[in-house]
Amino acid sequence: MIRKTFESEIQQVKDEVLLLGSMVEHAIIGSVEAMKKRDIKASEKIIAEDKEINKKRFAIENQLMILIATQQPMAHDLRLLASSMEIISELERMGDYAKGIANINVRMGEETLLKPLIDIPRMAQKGADMLHRALTAFVNEDVEAAKAIPVEDDEVDALYNQIYHELMLIIIQDPRSIERANWLLWVGHNLERVADRVTNICERTIFIATGEFSEIKTSDDEFWKGQNK
Amino acid sequence: MQNIQTPEYAIETKNLFIFYGSFPAVSEVNVKIEKQKITAIIGPSGCGKSTLLRAFNRMNDFVPTSYVTGEVLLQGQNLYGKNIDPVEVRRKIGMVFQKPNPFPKSIYENISWGAKINGYKGNMDELVEQSLRSAALWDEVKDKLHESAYALSGGQQQRLCIARTIAIQPEIILMDEPASALDPISTLRIEELMQELKKNYTIIIVTHNMQQAARASDYTAMMMIDDKRSGGVIEFDETKKIFTRPKDKRTEDYVTGRFG
Repeated sequence: MIRKTFESEIQQVKDEVLLLGSMVEHAIIGSVEAMKKRDIKASEKIIAEDKEINKKRFAIENQLMILIATQQPMAHDLRLLASSMEIISELERMGDYAKGIANINVRMGEETLLKPLIDIPRMAQKGADMLHRALTAFVNEDVEAAKAIPVEDDEVDALYNQIYHELMLIIIQDPRSIERANWLLWVGHNLERVADRVTNICERTIFIATGEFSEIKTSDDEFWKGQNK
Repeated sequence: MQNIQTPEYAIETKNLFIFYGSFPAVSEVNVKIEKQKITAIIGPSGCGKSTLLRAFNRMNDFVPTSYVTGEVLLQGQNLYGKNIDPVEVRRKIGMVFQKPNPFPKSIYENISWGAKINGYKGNMDELVEQSLRSAALWDEVKDKLHESAYALSGGQQQRLCIARTIAIQPEIILMDEPASALDPISTLRIEELMQELKKNYTIIIVTHNMQQAARASDYTAMMMIDDKRSGGVIEFDETKKIFTRPKDKRTEDYVTGRFG
């Protein structure tokens, strides 16, 4: 192999992206876990740790910029480095969703949960799991997996849909519950967005491997059509 | 406590001026070249890159009107001081040139010759093999060591010249446009070799090819001529900084190709 040094630097970037991904995964699961237990301290910790996620993102961005400037990547190498730039920004935003959930828990203060959390932890688990596999697909440039994972977004959307309707019913029955219902709705929305961003990561992986820009269809549009009926 | 390592310098210049006659071709250079790193010297044509490089092993001595003021320190010792033997300087600081220039002899003799006249008493076969291995050439030539060096390709000849330089066991290797006569793949091979060599040697390379400096070096010295047409180092920093956030506007213009 002629460009051994460059190859190992690319590998390092991939490792760093994985590390950032695992920090985000941890934040997503942790934020919902903390809310479930109404553990404000744990949520504050997640809010603080988001700074580390942001720092890591900037560090990788800098690393990528240096590689692009100094190594003149072409073809596959260029697609990989440019797409990694996109992927880390997706990850950083996913971290913000987790922080958003942690913030809600902190803002709820002494208030109790409107209802025990069942579907919300499921959404978090599903989203984190999709993220994990999406990053594995990214590292291995596994096009098949990258195409298959976004289909699972439908499950997350279905859970969100369910939560949405459930909360609407509660609000109709007891309008005083609006604020507490709204908190949970907000959490659900953040988690729904997490899964959407996993789809973006998968699209990037397909681009790296094949050079084709593709937009993977999920049933998001149908969800919104459903709301308008 | 964190273990903070202070960088060790292989070579250092203090207020170095290099004259051709009364004209200072290079003025006021104060640089510290870090040990076991690759330092690239870049800049437009005529800015004094090669002149500065050649000052590091007294190659400018061959130009009759040339002289220097200031100091070039190798481990604290001024290379231009009294009682310094320039031949000894060139033994410690080897050089690889733009065009591969093997001797019209066999591959083996290209390596052994310099070692012999430098009084090498060890096992010559071992030295030849080791030098060729270090220059990533051994596998390609091990079966034809006694054939003429001229039978090798340009890229191989340049690696042979590097092997010949290493055989003298220098501390520093100077490279003056070592890949400019080579095709892109041979160029990348030389650059990769440099990454291997820096584990044991300090490398200073002059290159017209900015991308090569970006790819292959750890530090970059940016040179430019001033309004009196004398060259100088205007910015010296880590390569990654020079190519992503240079401080001097002139460096920015040069690395972005906007130098007019």
